[in-house]
Amino acid sequence: MTLLVTSELSRRFGGLNAVDQVSLVLDRGEIRAIIGPNGAGKTTLVSMICGRIAPSSGGIAFEDQDITGMRPWHRVRHGIVYTFQITSIFGNLSCFDNVALAAQRSDTWATGRWWPRGHGHLAETVLAVLNRVGLSGRAAARASTLSYGHQRLLEVAIGLALKPKLLILDEPTQGLAEDEIVSFCALTRDIAREATVLLIEHNMPVVMEIADRVTVMENGRILAEGSPAEIRADAQVQKAYFGT
Amino acid sequence: MTGATPRRDWLLHLAVIALLFGVQFVLPAYHYSNVSKIMVMASFAIGYNILIGYTGLLSLGHAMFFAAGLYGAGLTVHHLGFDPLSGFLAGLLAALCLSVAIGLVALRTAGVSFMIVTLMFAQAGYLLTLYFGEFTRGDEGFVLKENLLRVVVGDTGFNLIDPAARYNLALLLFTVCLLGSLVLVRSAVGRVLIAVRENEQRTAMLGYNAFLYKLLALVISGTMSGAAGATYALLFTYVGATFAAIQYSILPLLWVLLGGAGTTLGPLLGTLLMFYLVDVSSGQTSSYMLLVGAALIILVLWAPKGILGTLREKRIPWLP
Ligand SMILES: Nc1ncnc2c1ncn2[C@@H]1O[C@H](COP(=O)(O)OP(=O)(O)OP(=O)(O)O)[C@@H](O)[C@H]1O
Ligand SMILES: [Mg+2]
Repeated sequence: MTLLVTSELSRRFGGLNAVDQVSLVLDRGEIRAIIGPNGAGKTTLVSMICGRIAPSSGGIAFEDQDITGMRPWHRVRHGIVYTFQITSIFGNLSCFDNVALAAQRSDTWATGRWWPRGHGHLAETVLAVLNRVGLSGRAAARASTLSYGHQRLLEVAIGLALKPKLLILDEPTQGLAEDEIVSFCALTRDIAREATVLLIEHNMPVVMEIADRVTVMENGRILAEGSPAEIRADAQVQKAYFGT
Repeated sequence: MTGATPRRDWLLHLAVIALLFGVQFVLPAYHYSNVSKIMVMASFAIGYNILIGYTGLLSLGHAMFFAAGLYGAGLTVHHLGFDPLSGFLAGLLAALCLSVAIGLVALRTAGVSFMIVTLMFAQAGYLLTLYFGEFTRGDEGFVLKENLLRVVVGDTGFNLIDPAARYNLALLLFTVCLLGSLVLVRSAVGRVLIAVRENEQRTAMLGYNAFLYKLLALVISGTMSGAAGATYALLFTYVGATFAAIQYSILPLLWVLLGGAGTTLGPLLGTLLMFYLVDVSSGQTSSYMLLVGAALIILVLWAPKGILGTLREKRIPWLP
């Protein structure tokens, strides 16, 4: 049942304990939200999980395997996929090529070959993924010409094409319009039927609506953890996060 | 850009090759020899372009790969009596080994450090050609003897320095390099190289070991440059240290920037234009390098993406 365990994971930047002895357990199939004020260490924590940042101490286990020292591209192969807080698509490439980069990678992993299957097969996969996030029809468009909301969706599409077991979404709804947020919530629930979702989110209504469990961080530490309702009722959280 | 219309670019490239094949029947002797040389140098530029244009790595030391091919072929034919084909393969192998070795070291750096490291290695290579002057005859160089360049095919044969043989062998090299680069950039690997150029960090988070892809690009680029060097030695018979000097690291950079970095046909166009720009201006004035410099400044100011790069942006988006 357990997918990911971090044990006393810490990261220091100079004198700052950005993440301080965080022990987190994720179950397979859940949607876990991480909330917390700016600078709480959320991005740093998930960056260690996906391998972008090395921990100062502590360990990470994924599917009962120690992955603490594993290189980021190997973690992707094991199913840990990160979508960036700051939109980080390939602006000069078409939407098709953006997703194809991810799709051809997971295709070679699936077949165990060096080379992805032919163009027709790849195109089919790419268009299906674009369709799933609602970007069908934009395949040929240059990614940088998309609206901000669509760029965030493309970011998710790239993640999906990698066939993740754990999809980490770092503030995916930031800067989206109301109706885009609604369809994003539906998409996330859809994704969660095949993958575990770790969601960093500031938008509380979104968290309350889609998260199975919520972890609250402050100053690099876990302050509280529980169901959305429990978190809403927690007095400590109220004070730290909602400022009341 | 979705790769849905690969026909058009194949037709365009085949047309360029057919054109180069056709003009040999009408070119006057002087230009005949020039175009042969341009096709070899354009192959060098195509190799360089794979690194700078498609992978985003700026090397200032590609003369060492060209020279590895040049000396690999030249020395083995001149001193060891290799036949031309074996000499060519020796040059190819020398460039291949050199680019693997250089890549493993130089690719640990990036950006300006990469430029400096490649520059230093190339300088070391240049000094080596002088140091081993006993074999290379240094700056003065040596000339391959005509009788060493005979190729026997069945009962007949031909000599590499025969103008028609030279032109068509140069065209063969160019064809392989051009179509090879087209296949590469249109392939799954080419897509990753472009992704590395655009955003290396992000590419790693898509599950790619960017170092391996950069190494692959450098090895293809260096080997292609070496193939051009080996061909140059065999077709134009002169092997000298000038080809290992910094000038021959800068020239492919200029050719590619002029024609358009990251376009498959840019290297040919850039080499062709630069060659005739120098040719015409050196006839008019002794300070022809000044004219070349001025032309480049104009280019950088008005068309920083080079001729075909600008054309792709403004008019023909499907250009590979
Ligand atoms: N590369 C870095 N070097 C130095 N300090 C850093 C670095 N990355 C993050 N920090 C610091 O670590 C702390 C935690 O940052 P982090 O980005 O993890 O916070 P966050 O919870 O994601 O915040 P936000 O909600 O603003 O995204 C912050 O004080 C930040 O300034
Ligand atoms: Mg953050």
